[in-house]
Amino acid sequence: MRQSRREFLATGGALVVSFTLAPLPALAQEGGHAAPTGPKLPGSLTRNPMLDAWIRIDANGAITVFTGKVELGQGVKTALQQVAAEELVVPFERITMVTADTERTPNEGITSGSNSMKDSGTAILNAAAQVRAILVDEAARRLGVPAAQLTARDGAVHASGRSITYGDLVAGGNLHVNAAAESKLLDPSRRVVMGRALARLDIPAKVTGGVAYVHDLRLDGMVHARTVRPAGPGARLRSLDAGAVERMPGVIKIVRDGNYVAVVAAREFQAIRAARALGDRTAWEPAALPQDASIHAHLLGLPARDSVILDRGSPDAGTFAATYRRPYQLHGAIGPSCAVAQMRDGKLTVWTHSQGVYPLRDALAEMVRMPREKVHCVHMEGSGCYGHNGADDVAADAALCALALPGRPVRVQWTREEEHAWEPFGPAMESRVRASLEASGRIGSWRYDVWSNTHSTRPGKAGNLLPAMLLATPFIPEPPRAIPQPEGGGDRNAIPLYVIPNARVVSHFIASSPLRTSALRSLGAYLNVFAIESSMDELAAAARADPVEFRLRHLEDQRAIAVVKAAAERFGWTSFERRRGHGRGFAFARYKNLAAYCAIAMEARVDPETGDVRIGRVAAAVDSGEAVNPDGIRNQIEGGIVQSISWTLFEAVTWEPQRITSRDWARYPIARFSHVPESVDVHVISHPGSPFLGTGEASQGPAAAAVANAVADAIGGRIRDIPLTPGRVHAAAGASAAA
Amino acid sequence: MIELRVNGRVHRVDADPQTPLLYVLRDDLGLNAAKFGCGLGQCGACTVMADGEAIYSCITPVSAIGTRAIRTVEGLGTVDAPGPVQRAFMEHQAAQCGYCIPGMMMRAQALLERDPGASAAQIRQALQPNLCRCGTHMRILKAVARAAELMGRGGKT
Repeated sequence: MRQSRREFLATGGALVVSFTLAPLPALAQEGGHAAPTGPKLPGSLTRNPMLDAWIRIDANGAITVFTGKVELGQGVKTALQQVAAEELVVPFERITMVTADTERTPNEGITSGSNSMKDSGTAILNAAAQVRAILVDEAARRLGVPAAQLTARDGAVHASGRSITYGDLVAGGNLHVNAAAESKLLDPSRRVVMGRALARLDIPAKVTGGVAYVHDLRLDGMVHARTVRPAGPGARLRSLDAGAVERMPGVIKIVRDGNYVAVVAAREFQAIRAARALGDRTAWEPAALPQDASIHAHLLGLPARDSVILDRGSPDAGTFAATYRRPYQLHGAIGPSCAVAQMRDGKLTVWTHSQGVYPLRDALAEMVRMPREKVHCVHMEGSGCYGHNGADDVAADAALCALALPGRPVRVQWTREEEHAWEPFGPAMESRVRASLEASGRIGSWRYDVWSNTHSTRPGKAGNLLPAMLLATPFIPEPPRAIPQPEGGGDRNAIPLYVIPNARVVSHFIASSPLRTSALRSLGAYLNVFAIESSMDELAAAARADPVEFRLRHLEDQRAIAVVKAAAERFGWTSFERRRGHGRGFAFARYKNLAAYCAIAMEARVDPETGDVRIGRVAAAVDSGEAVNPDGIRNQIEGGIVQSISWTLFEAVTWEPQRITSRDWARYPIARFSHVPESVDVHVISHPGSPFLGTGEASQGPAAAAVANAVADAIGGRIRDIPLTPGRVHAAAGASAAA
Repeated sequence: MIELRVNGRVHRVDADPQTPLLYVLRDDLGLNAAKFGCGLGQCGACTVMADGEAIYSCITPVSAIGTRAIRTVEGLGTVDAPGPVQRAFMEHQAAQCGYCIPGMMMRAQALLERDPGASAAQIRQALQPNLCRCGTHMRILKAVARAAELMGRGGKT
């Protein structure tokens, strides 16, 4: 008789501690997990070593697999289930996946950094193999047959003529053991479930009106809240006239604490109306923001902490110099952030689309001053994601409102304007290249400097939650941190993968930040790859070399060479016919210099009169190590390319001295169907048996540079400031024509 | 009480007449598909059909619907018996987060009912009001073209 996982939990004590209470290393947010003590276990088994924290097999044969990572529509739930089915040798459909829940799943920190397959996929692959081995050994013992003569298949262990089901073989807590460092993995050349483009598990509900998102959660007695945010960042509440609003239909409660204001009503539209009315009856003391137009000069004037992250040979002053900039940009999920919370029997439960339920739980517990065992965070899908958006903040909103109304489930959804103005932005950045060519036509010297604010202000601490910052006794944000190399934050991908004899790369971390910033998909890699790959084209032109051939001259990594060649070939690089206003662009990077390899070729048509840019065909090649679900990888690369085209052609946060002005889709336009490519072809190169390499953020940097390179090829003029707006394109085309 | 025809059924709802249709669909009728995106008619996540026409349910007061028949994604089919647009989106795995997809599907349904032979260019143009942030556009375009094919074979619902 085995004890169920839930019973283990109920007993408390050391068994639970091993996976639920492990503290989150501060810098686990965008990768860079702290080194554990003890033997190195595969993937997230390091932090959660018990096999039954990952895999539970009931007596009736039901198999449940637990992951601390969250489904964001990136398809990770499906891919992880494929991994588990493969190594457990059971049909895919036999497995039920449970994703991030602070009372059920391992703590895997944040789902970010394109680390899910590396962390959770590797853990589940090995845990499943070790569980299978335990079951085979148990069958061998019971049948009196050597394990080598047994085969595991379809949820049972078979000998000649006899078999015992997995359910029968799980006994006496034999899966409640520590993982080993080594696993007997199956032969990767004989994959059955992995490597197949299985249909995603989350899609049917999404296309039929099922409960697919936290937004769709409706609990009995649930009420609705909306917040009233300050007039601008740093503004303080001077006065609030709540009387008339309290008497509005359906209004249950106005929650006010310092600069924090929210209103709870019986029905959703009543809450919306009441919040609007309340907003009209508040007066704020504004705080000043630096000038939008000169933000990069302002940032570079702030104190910076410099780190030399590459120092090789003796780089010279360079014959080529260029400066690249990106503005603040939004995650801009189509559905504003949402959460549901309920305070009942001294316990707070929060349904959230946070990327990190455990860090969020810790932050909420600190904010509401409750023991963290009394706070339960359950992940449900949200809209979009793309990094640290409003998901955690709105969970704090829901928690504060639920605390004010014990017993009642409270649903909070942000408004569009709130999402646009208050989500943490992707940081503005600047970088400078100085390089020179050798007589041979190779780059002999490379200097690169990049300036950036932090790319990670995720919770873990209450001070990183927007509502907690607004309270009368505010929680103070943690001091901004730079994410160290090799993953890096602002300096992510600042070191080129190209072989250059003399090179120096300096990361300038600016702690003080005029606007709140955090992780936006690919972090600093977006600007760094844009800068490096734009420079590669400019240097190729100086060397009178073809841009693809010029890149290949500087690459030694065979997998990098393979994706560059594949993308060029599938695009038809050598046969492309340039015409005025119609150019081609190429770019390559290996994300973080340690995750997926991605190369992109694309064509752009530019109207020189209007500066309007349209993207034609796009061809990409990606190597993510072993491809578990090739269609999932294609979807991520496609999406990353299209999203990056939008960032690169259209997007910039704007503000006046006292408020953010880019508050909706009219004032922060993104690409519509007219401006997405004609076609996107993604070629996946798989290496069965080799480590999983993160994919979700591999294409954004290369796509941005490919756009700039294609536009430069079309108009003969170079734009180094993102976004490549029609005004900038028109000006560059005009300057080029005049030259 | 307001009488509302939704997916072939008549509902009587007790809502303030100014309430946008979206909240009545979601909160009073428990229909999840139509989504709140902007409340401004800028993104199309809330798109539903009213007498065959795609409308923004987030800015249409429920009192303005009158006798028009409302159709949402729930009215297109189910997981077990999906309509052609749903089937096409599943076949092409045309979603990432998927939040914009019901709005895309209803705009596509409205287009294909009006013009089952819509060209690729017409499909792209018809979807212009709807935003997607995950960059799933290429799959959405393929799925709608596939839905047109499926409807053309008599699968029209």
